[in-house]
Amino acid sequence: MMYLETVAVDYTKEVAENVWVIGFRSARITEVLRPGQFLNIKPDSSYDPLLRRAYSVHRVDGDKIELIYNVHGKGSAIFAAKRPGDPLDVMGPLGVPFRLDGKFKKGILVSGGLGIAPMPILGEALHQRGYDVVNIHGARNASMIVQDDRLRNPHYATDDGSLGLHSNVVQAVEHYLDRDHSNDSVRLFACGPNKMLDSLTEFCANRDLDLKVSLECQMACGIGICQGCPVEMKRGNRKYTLVCMHGPNYDVGDLVLESLPTEHG
Amino acid sequence: MSISTEITIRNVTFKNPVLTASGTFGYGLESPDYVDVSQLGGVVTKSISRKPRDGNPPQRIAETPAGMLNSIGLANVGVDVFLNEKLPALRKVNATVIVNIAASSIEEYAYVLERCEEHEGIGGYEINVSCPNVKDGGLSFGTNCPAVAEMTRELRGRTEKLLAIKLTPNVTSIGEFAHVCEAEGADAVSCINTFVGMDIFVDSRRPKIATITGGFSGPAILPMALAKVYEVRKAVSIPIIGIGGITTAEDALKFLIVGASLVQVGTALFIDPGAGPTIAEGIVAYMERNGITSLTELIGSLDTSLQPSLIAAGWE
Ligand SMILES: Cc1cc2nc3c(=O)[nH]c(=O)nc-3n(C[C@H](O)[C@H](O)[C@H](O)COP(=O)(O)O)c2cc1C
Ligand code: FES
Repeated sequence: MMYLETVAVDYTKEVAENVWVIGFRSARITEVLRPGQFLNIKPDSSYDPLLRRAYSVHRVDGDKIELIYNVHGKGSAIFAAKRPGDPLDVMGPLGVPFRLDGKFKKGILVSGGLGIAPMPILGEALHQRGYDVVNIHGARNASMIVQDDRLRNPHYATDDGSLGLHSNVVQAVEHYLDRDHSNDSVRLFACGPNKMLDSLTEFCANRDLDLKVSLECQMACGIGICQGCPVEMKRGNRKYTLVCMHGPNYDVGDLVLESLPTEHG
Repeated sequence: MSISTEITIRNVTFKNPVLTASGTFGYGLESPDYVDVSQLGGVVTKSISRKPRDGNPPQRIAETPAGMLNSIGLANVGVDVFLNEKLPALRKVNATVIVNIAASSIEEYAYVLERCEEHEGIGGYEINVSCPNVKDGGLSFGTNCPAVAEMTRELRGRTEKLLAIKLTPNVTSIGEFAHVCEAEGADAVSCINTFVGMDIFVDSRRPKIATITGGFSGPAILPMALAKVYEVRKAVSIPIIGIGGITTAEDALKFLIVGASLVQVGTALFIDPGAGPTIAEGIVAYMERNGITSLTELIGSLDTSLQPSLIAAGWE
């Protein structure tokens, strides 16, 4: 079941440099929401920006929902300016959830920047199912890291070394695995910039590691009616998969990652 | 006061004048949680072609102020899967189904239409002429008046069902195209498909969509679309299906007043898939407020009596 409803904003706050969260409540949505699903939100009722924006759900607590976003365009600037009580037009939950079943003992949740978005809920779901959970989160510098003490086993990496490992997030994964020796019983879940997903894919292919990715891509409808969000597939009877409907969560082996548009052309 | 929003064209009665536009509502089956398709005047399918089509590579869409660009490339399941899987499901949910057809030759249009003719449950056809014509070096059928005439004649000879030709606005005189459709026996013309549009990133100096230019749609195009409907209204007397930027009941009413008998809602469905029935309700509310009992009183009721000097000055 998916819903289209107008909710009231509870709060917005900046949690890291240019990283914001927005909170609201919807008992109907939280009741059916599964890890890795997203909501499609209309910033306001104006025609500019026209379309909804897709956001993975960052946190859920009872009927409370929290989304996380960067302020970088028209839509997110409108979000950041919301005040408690302002209406928010929400559609969802959408997309196919993460696959949580399978033969692994530990889930390694790898995120770059805003790729942190789906990880808290995923981590909780894995934990509840008895898996070990590790978070490896990277960003350019310490002020852009979302430090959240509710994250399970967090490890951080920054490009400038100002927090955690002085490395990119893929090197941080390598570092972790080399100390941990648990290669054969891990599954990696990753979300972040396409460049990061690319190099993580290569890394995992070399080590024969199981990697699931959560893709971000521009959408028009979010529900499979416009065909606007294709990503090429390696196999199968269709050339393209629609990220909004068949994704955003995939087994990395199914995708031609080079077919993902890079951010801003 | 009993109000009727029914409109009959050829042998199809639409319960209200609001349909979903091709390519903006999938196969009518994807959004059951948001909209009851039996509350729509009808569902126009994604363009259906002879073979399944993968469509264009990403990036296929870009948002623009009050609009969007698309270069989907007519991605669709092909006529076989449509008829075997999608159509039966659409019949179950009691939708009035108009099949939109795309092809690269007149033979191919005829093939898809004839395949559809073998099946029950199709109300009629809308022919997307904004497709490359292989015989014409890949130039769009829709910009070649003799090709549109020939296609209409060929298809008219093959069906007794409602036949609408969907015109492109990217021509000098859309009225001439509508005129040949009427002369060759089309029951209606759909006005309009998308305008050619383009956007780029200045930093990377790259186009925002993979095909560089694409189809421009959404609220931004409404005034241009309305002007096209006005032009076509003066050129033909067959019914017009008005399309372009319709988001609210007021938008839809504008098209009806200018002369459209039906309207289609496209891009607005991406924001609210349930916009169709909402717009239909808004039309009824307007009729109630204004003491109008039948849509025929509204259609083409545009009052231009205060502009005689402009018309005389050749502003037509
Ligand atoms: C994403 C997208 C896909 C479309 N696909 C088709 C199509 O397959 N066949 C067709 O005849 N028109 C297609 N159209 C055009 C619409 O049916 C409509 O004519 C146009 O978008 C203008 O209406 P609007 O402003 O309400 O969207 C498409 C439009 C969009 C935005
Ligand atoms: S965004 Fe419309 S089909 Fe995916």
